[in-house]
Amino acid sequence: MKYDVNEQGFYGEFGGAFIPEMLYPNIQELKSSYREILSEDAFKEELESLLKDYVGRPTPLYYASRLSTHYGADIYLKREDLCHTGAHKINNTLGQVLLAQRLNKTRIIAETGAGQHGVATATACALMGLECIVYMGAKDIERQAPNVSRMKMLGAEVCAVHSGSKTLKDATNEAIRDWINNPDDTHYIIGSAVGPDPYPDLVTQLQAIISKEIKEQMEGLPTHVIACVGGGSNAIGAFYNFLEDESVNLIGVEAGGMGVQTDKSAATLALGTKGVLHASMSYLMQTSDGQVVEPHSISAGLDYPGIGPLHAYLHDCSRVTYKNVTDEEALEAANRLMKLEGIIPALETAHALAYLEKMNFTTTDKIVINLSGRGDKDMNTYINANI
Amino acid sequence: MSTLKKVLEAKQEGLLNIYCTAGYPKLNDLPKIVNALHDSGVDMVEIGIPYSDPIADGETIQKSNAVALSNGITIDLIFEQLKECTPDIPKVVMTYFNPVFKYGIEHFCQQCQSVGVEGIIIPDMPIGLYQASYEEMFKNYGLSPVFLITPQTSKERLKLIDDLSSTFIYAVSSSSTTGKATGGLSDGNTYLSGLKGLGLKHPILVGFNISTSDDLSLVQKHANGGIIGSAFIKYLSDKPSTEQATQQFVKEITKG
Repeated sequence: MKYDVNEQGFYGEFGGAFIPEMLYPNIQELKSSYREILSEDAFKEELESLLKDYVGRPTPLYYASRLSTHYGADIYLKREDLCHTGAHKINNTLGQVLLAQRLNKTRIIAETGAGQHGVATATACALMGLECIVYMGAKDIERQAPNVSRMKMLGAEVCAVHSGSKTLKDATNEAIRDWINNPDDTHYIIGSAVGPDPYPDLVTQLQAIISKEIKEQMEGLPTHVIACVGGGSNAIGAFYNFLEDESVNLIGVEAGGMGVQTDKSAATLALGTKGVLHASMSYLMQTSDGQVVEPHSISAGLDYPGIGPLHAYLHDCSRVTYKNVTDEEALEAANRLMKLEGIIPALETAHALAYLEKMNFTTTDKIVINLSGRGDKDMNTYINANI
Repeated sequence: MSTLKKVLEAKQEGLLNIYCTAGYPKLNDLPKIVNALHDSGVDMVEIGIPYSDPIADGETIQKSNAVALSNGITIDLIFEQLKECTPDIPKVVMTYFNPVFKYGIEHFCQQCQSVGVEGIIIPDMPIGLYQASYEEMFKNYGLSPVFLITPQTSKERLKLIDDLSSTFIYAVSSSSTTGKATGGLSDGNTYLSGLKGLGLKHPILVGFNISTSDDLSLVQKHANGGIIGSAFIKYLSDKPSTEQATQQFVKEITKG
């Protein structure tokens, strides 16, 4: 497919593996084997069976009738929030844990922002009996306490990261450092479509099941697919199988924080410039001296100053449109979904829902929103916002 | 001929390279440190250009980067400070790809040349990208790339790195971040004792996790020299006089 990664690990000028020599053998091992392993029949059968019986796939494509009436267009929700552990993240972690087993790795590390990827990793590790260490920014540990408890209950060790902005970016740095220090027995499960080649493609392939199912579940093509974007794994999963269907409008919604005109935002494509963060060339929020800027979003899962390299490429070749909404708009959208559909979405997902407010609809529009996660972990934020 | 090459030719064993973070502990300490290192007889200096996300560095150097950035250090200011440093000690800069990329790689090379920086270490710069895009440029500005090798680096890759090098090769003592392992270096370390047998054309300096004079003597015995970073940064952290502390540190680390 024309949007797939090339042999050198790039999407156009984005991607690559900007890693120190200490990680070179690990990345080479993964790069040389992941495609073959992912396409093995035995691997596919094992993963499919787990996704069906353990995760609960296929997740429903739900026609949201009251939301549709509210906006005057047909709106469908892809219910990734109904996955085991409450978000799409488990699609990736189960696949990567099976991959790690085939690479004879016994120790799993991960980073997490909102805690959803951490919980999904801890879950997959518990299921397979693997040691699990999750790095999480100290600030995120505070604001996502329920997920921290979940990870611990599932047997994972949660390591607080106190460097930098104490959020997802710093947790990712620390996970990479752990991998440098433990190159032999450890597999690093990156939670988003970011990081050095081959991670963006690996995560994309494992999340692509979302758009594969949407295609199977819908009659005809949707006119729009909308997803929130931090690093961009749920979005790329929801977009991937529509990339070559040029009639489908693909819209990624970034976290505008307090607004892109303020210095409290995480809208990377609106505010970023080209550069390397977490070992791949993409857009990132940085100073003129190349120092990474600390982002802001009410949603820990979107509070990230970078974006996956495939999204950077899709942005530059205009295949996907990237917009942003504010913290405030996301909270309002979450409230609207609660009251109209009886669904409490994750704060991340609420950003995708908020974009509906900014659209002009025609009655023939068929809009799919990727409902990437549920909002249990965000109760404190919702309560404090008096929703 | 460059000073760096002269030093490497004149002194083939017992080399000492000390790393410091520009802008640390105080914003304008770099010239004081570099000049004190020269006065103390250190063979070369590695100047760290701080970065917000230094993934190859352990806690000590991470912190020094964060302190330097909050002190207000910038790349332009570092080049200004380098003009105040003695020209008589060879200088290598160490940083990450993003600050150099954002600054403008060619502009960065020009600036290095104008202040007498002769080598550059960018641990996260892919070798393939260097060959495709930057090899000629670095050469034009007299800038020698210094690549890292580890105990896991394959023979083919060692040869490639040796061929691309023009001054020295930086051997990492074990696969780790900087300043991580303690007491990991011993005479029985087969990686260290095998370094001379690798048959590389260029001298090898060993860095990462060298914190005592014993560690230094050991790597100087098995390679052409050693590089000290975290131990020096840690030493500077609570000393009132940067110059005195620098001289004292060198005295202590070379006493063996």
